[in-house]
Amino acid sequence: MKYLDEFRNAEVAKSLVDRIHAIPLTNEVKFMEVCGSHTMAISRSGIRRMLPNQVKLLSGPGCPVCVTAQEDIDIMLAFARVENVIVTTFGDMMRVPGTIGSLQVEKSNGADVRVVYSTLDALDIARANPEKRVVFLGVGFETTVPTIARSIEVAHDEDILNYSVFLRGKTIPIPMEVLASDPEIGLHGFLCPAHVSTIIGTKAYAGLVEKYHLPCVAAGFEPLDILQGVLMLLRQVSEGRAENENEYSRVATENGNPAALALMDSLFEPVDALWRGIGMIPATGLSIRSEFAQWDAEWIFAEEIKGIVEDLQIQQGSSTWQAMHKACQCGEVLKGKIIPPQCPLFAKACTPQNPVGPCMVSSEGSCAAYYRFER
Amino acid sequence: MKQDSITLAHGNGGQFMQDLIKKTIVPTLGGQETLTDGAVLQVGQETLVFSTDSFTVKPIFFPGGDIGSLAVNGTVNDVTAMGGTPLYLSCAAVIEEGFPIADLERILTSIGQACAASGVQVVTGDTKVVEKGSGDGIFLNTAGIGVRQFPLSSRFGTLKSGDHIVISGAVGDHGTAIALARNPLGLSNHVQSDCAGLYRMIEPVLKAGLEIVLMRDPTRGGLATVLNEFVDSRSVGIEIDQTAVPVHAGVKAVCEILGYDPLYLANEGKMVFVVSSEDSDSLVSMLRSHPFGQDAAVIGRVSERAPGKVLLRTEIGGSRILDMLVYDQLPRIC
Repeated sequence: MKYLDEFRNAEVAKSLVDRIHAIPLTNEVKFMEVCGSHTMAISRSGIRRMLPNQVKLLSGPGCPVCVTAQEDIDIMLAFARVENVIVTTFGDMMRVPGTIGSLQVEKSNGADVRVVYSTLDALDIARANPEKRVVFLGVGFETTVPTIARSIEVAHDEDILNYSVFLRGKTIPIPMEVLASDPEIGLHGFLCPAHVSTIIGTKAYAGLVEKYHLPCVAAGFEPLDILQGVLMLLRQVSEGRAENENEYSRVATENGNPAALALMDSLFEPVDALWRGIGMIPATGLSIRSEFAQWDAEWIFAEEIKGIVEDLQIQQGSSTWQAMHKACQCGEVLKGKIIPPQCPLFAKACTPQNPVGPCMVSSEGSCAAYYRFER
Repeated sequence: MKQDSITLAHGNGGQFMQDLIKKTIVPTLGGQETLTDGAVLQVGQETLVFSTDSFTVKPIFFPGGDIGSLAVNGTVNDVTAMGGTPLYLSCAAVIEEGFPIADLERILTSIGQACAASGVQVVTGDTKVVEKGSGDGIFLNTAGIGVRQFPLSSRFGTLKSGDHIVISGAVGDHGTAIALARNPLGLSNHVQSDCAGLYRMIEPVLKAGLEIVLMRDPTRGGLATVLNEFVDSRSVGIEIDQTAVPVHAGVKAVCEILGYDPLYLANEGKMVFVVSSEDSDSLVSMLRSHPFGQDAAVIGRVSERAPGKVLLRTEIGGSRILDMLVYDQLPRIC
């Protein structure tokens, strides 16, 4: 078992697609995936076109970069302008436009911005550059957040004081409830995230099933996982069931990863969070507990970045910029209210070369997925 | 976000670089914009092929090659792709103060070996030294001259629906080897760059007069970008069968971990062909008889289904667009 080709087998895919088509459907059925990796996998494998016309797969707020508020991106850009700072980030964040520019632009203007593969790489950079201050941009959901917590734990244990985190971690179950209760979206079920489920456990979706009578299926990211997940959702819908099922049982369990959850809990606490396109949702963000404030970039750099952020936002000036950003429909896309081609800017004013909104920039964004694979 | 300065994306072989060439370089310098790998020049009775390329690679020495072999093979392959027999190279080096002489010797030895392997000679060169901090160790530039010894097919450059797409071997080796050399990620993976001069493999194909419609070495931007260049603003498109594209298992695994797509990764020893359907079997068997072409395969065809576009039939039988590279691929958050 190599866990790759087996889950991309064309014959098995065909049989799953046949079974999906065999389920009688009278009305349109809308399922939402809330993980950017699902969004990409669906577009990349061409799954949407293999499904019956009545089955709509909508992308929810599952791309961590996309849901990061404009204000927070401006703060990230501000860190890049602080003297003696090395900004470390996952690759996706590099090109996301703030009010002015992006990390990539800051880098080409001379800022020290480095892409890392892991938070522990960021720590290595801090160890290797004791005279510099290293800031890690902590964006992500429950999959990534424990690794951010771990980096702070290590920094704490080893007394690494030139490392800090700007934390904008988010948690996904509550926003799913917000979307579930929105009659305008009218969802029939959730394709629940794969890796997030390995951490929080599939029990995290029990409330959705009970409260909103919505089928939930946690599914892996491989094409066959997704097809199987869609089949399981459709069966529930056609049989009038609403249950919390797990397609990804080879990795995700009901209770998730208690060690990761405990680590998160010991370092971080829930706060209200601003979700781009959705707005403020109580208790869906994470902030660093005050005991660990020494590693909290927001606290350490509070004075230094304040002025820079204001400057960045004042510079926005041009009326074209403002008009464009008004027209950007990323918020509606993130809520699944429209699909990317329905945005007036899609593939016209907004392309991966000149992205207006984050959904076009991030490699996991649904606009980028539609642009790259389904135009 | 309008950009008023050069970013790394302008050098990645993809959309930004093409825009820079089309909108800034060609209008200023004049001349024809063909976006091919070299110029074809008629000098008296001879048809010459002339190409140049600059090389910067981190690390300078990597599994399967180094900047020296890369500089020779890159230009040899560009001349070859234009149907030329590469003969003479120039080689210029910009070296940063403090660069170890021993490393330079190693690079020069590698240049010599790569030249010998492809039957070319470096006949002129230049060396410049810049202050410490003004360069990244060493940059090389090579230019190459070749002659078109063998007449090209009368259809060279004109794609027809039904033509086959052939690749000379597995894709993504070079890009993966470089990514791993930069960050081994604790993997015990031994992916080697495919860096190689391809003229010797392709000479018999040219000699045999097979109906080759196009050739291109898929370096930066990878196979996907070259295929898009083939059909850009044409009345035909290309359909590729993902399962037919050879990818080494090690490359596949690393790509899964990093979230890369091997179809966009650089190759330094591969050639993509558009060939008439009648001659595609002969082409594949000729390539396979050479050590660099053992994995050669037909991977798709030219079709009228989606003019100007490249469609990919995915592993599971779905269909999607295979677009040109816009930005370098970046490791993702999760």
